[in-house]
Amino acid sequence: MSDLLRDIYSSIMDGRQKETAEKVQEALDQGADPSVLLNEGMIAAMTEVGKLFEEGEYFVPEMLVAARAMQTGLGILKPYLVKADVKSSGKVVAGTVKGDLHDIGKNLVCMMLEGSAFEIIDLGADVDPQRFVEAVHQTQADIVAMSALLTTTMPNMKVTIEALKAAGLRDNVKVMVGGAPLTQQYADEIGADGFAPDASRAVATAKSLLAA
Amino acid sequence: MTKKTFLERLNDPQVFVLDGATGTNLQSRGLTKGLSAEVWVLEEPDKILGLAKDFVAAGADIILTCTFGATTIRLAHTTVAGKEDRINRKAVELAQQAVAGTDVLVAGSIGPTGQLLSPLGPLEETDAIKCFAEQARSLATAGVDLLVVETQFDLAEAKAALTGIRMKTDLPVVCSFSFDRGTRTMMGLKPSTVGEEITPLGVAAIGINCGRSLEDNQKAMGELRESTTLPIWYKPNAGLPQLDPDGNSTYNLSPEEMASQVSGWISIGAKLIGGCCGTSPDHLSAIAKEIRK
Ligand code: B1M
Repeated sequence: MSDLLRDIYSSIMDGRQKETAEKVQEALDQGADPSVLLNEGMIAAMTEVGKLFEEGEYFVPEMLVAARAMQTGLGILKPYLVKADVKSSGKVVAGTVKGDLHDIGKNLVCMMLEGSAFEIIDLGADVDPQRFVEAVHQTQADIVAMSALLTTTMPNMKVTIEALKAAGLRDNVKVMVGGAPLTQQYADEIGADGFAPDASRAVATAKSLLAA
Repeated sequence: MTKKTFLERLNDPQVFVLDGATGTNLQSRGLTKGLSAEVWVLEEPDKILGLAKDFVAAGADIILTCTFGATTIRLAHTTVAGKEDRINRKAVELAQQAVAGTDVLVAGSIGPTGQLLSPLGPLEETDAIKCFAEQARSLATAGVDLLVVETQFDLAEAKAALTGIRMKTDLPVVCSFSFDRGTRTMMGLKPSTVGEEITPLGVAAIGINCGRSLEDNQKAMGELRESTTLPIWYKPNAGLPQLDPDGNSTYNLSPEEMASQVSGWISIGAKLIGGCCGTSPDHLSAIAKEIRK
C-alpha cells in the first residue's frame, strides 16, 4: 500500500474529513487509479470501521464521522470514477423506510453503489411508500433499494412493494432490501428481488439483479 | 389516604418493585408492529389500562405511564402528531385509574427523542430541551408522582432532558440508561461516566434499563454502583430477543429464570427493580415475590 493510500485509509478510520479530501485529491493529482483508491483505501477503511463497531471497539460517533469522511472523499473521487467507468451501471432509488430514521447503513450502501457507477436518487430516511412510488415514476429507476433497522419498520418494506404494485410499477423495477434485522427469508417472503447483508454485497446484488 | 412519596420511600430500607415492559406486552395484546404505543392511549385506552392493572396486580409499587415516545419530535412521524399534550394527560389518567385505592405510585415515562443531537445528528440542543420541557409540563400537570427519563444512550441528550424538566417542575426525577452495546451505550458511554456526570445533577436515582443480556446488565450495574451513591433503578430486559420471520420478537427468559437473579441484583445495590422488553406481568409477579421473600 502506498503512503497516500495508507493516509486515506487512516483518515477515514479516524473520521478526519478535511484530510481525507486532501489526500484523495493529492493521490488523484499524482495519477492514482480511482478504483484502487476507492476499494483499497476507502472501502477497506469502512469495512474495518464496521468490524470495529461489531467488536465493540467503535461506537456510533466514531462510525458516523468515518462515514462522513468517506462521503467527503467519495465526492472528490466520483467525477474520476465516472470518467473511468463511463457507462452508468443503473439508476437506484434508495431510502430508509417509513418510521425509521436509521440512515448510516443506507448511506454506506449508497456510497458503495455510487462508487460502482450506479446513479443514486437518495430519498433519505423515514420515506413514505408513496414517495418511493413517485420517485420510481419520475426517474424511471431500475432498482428500488430499501433499508430498515427496526423490527417495527420492516413491515413497511412490504407496504412499499404493495404500493409499487398498486401503481403498476412493480414490473418496471427490481426491489432490493437490507438492514441489520433482515434475512434472505424475510426478503423472499415480502416479494423482494434481492437482499444483501452488507454494503459491498449490496453492490453485487444490484449488479446481478440488472444482469438477470 | 396519603401515600408515602417517592423520596420518602427511597429512605425506607426495602427494595421496591417497578413494572414490566410496555411495548412488547402491548404487541402481544394486539398492537401492530410499527405503531407507536402512544397511539393506543387515545385509541385503545382499555388495553393500556388493562396492562397497568396487570402490573399492579403482579405486585408493582411504581408503574410507568405509556408516554415513552409522547414528544413532539417522536410523534411527528405518526398519525397522532400534534396530540402530545392530550396523550400525556390521558396516559397519566389511565395509570392513576389503575392504581386507584392502592399505594402504587405513577411515574411519568420520558424516552429519547429518537434523533441524534448536533453535530452528529440533526437535532439542536435547544429544540431537545424544549421538547422535553413540554412533555414534563404535561406529565407534571396531570399529576404524576415522579418522572423517569429512560433508555438514554447519549449523555448530552439525557442532560437536555434534565434541563428541560427542571424548567417546568420540581418533581423527583430518575435518569436511566440503556447499555445495549454490552456495558456501553450505543454512543460508547460507560456506566462510570453516567454515575459521575448524572449524580451531581439533582436526580433522585440513576438507572439501567433495557440493555443486552442479563449478565451484561448486571456488569453495568456493578460499574454504576462504584461511581454513584444514589439509589439504583434497575429494569433489565428479559434476555435477548429472538426474531421470527414475521419480525415478531420473543424473549427467551422465563419468569423463574429472571426471578432467580433478583437476590444478586439486590446485593449489587438495586433499590428499585422491574423489567424492560420481554418482561410480562408473569415475569414481574415472579420478581415481586422474590423481592418480598
Ligand atoms: C437495499 O439494500 C440494502 C442492502 C444492505 C443494507 C441495506 C440495504 N441497508 C443496510 N444494509 C447493510 O449494509 C450496511 C453496511 O454493511 C449495514 O447497515 P446497518 O445499518 O445494519 O449497519 C450500519 C453500518 C451500522 N449500524 C447502525 O447504524 C445502527 C447502529 C445502532 C446503534 C443504532 C443507531 C446508530 C441509532 N438509533 Co437505533 N440503533 C440501533 C443500532 C444497534 C446496532 N448495534 O446495530 C438499533 C437498530 N436501534 C434500535 C432502537 C430501538 C432505536 N434506535 C433509534 C434511534 C437511533 C439513533 C437516531 C440514535 C441512531 C441512528 C442514527 C442514524 N442517523 O442512522 C430509535 C428509533 C428511531 C427511529 N424512529 O428510527 C430507537 C427506537 C431507540 C429509542 N429507544 O429511542 C434497536 C432496534 C431494536 C429492534 N428490535 O428493532 C437497535 C438494534 C439498538 C438496540 N440494541 O436495541 C447492513 O445492514
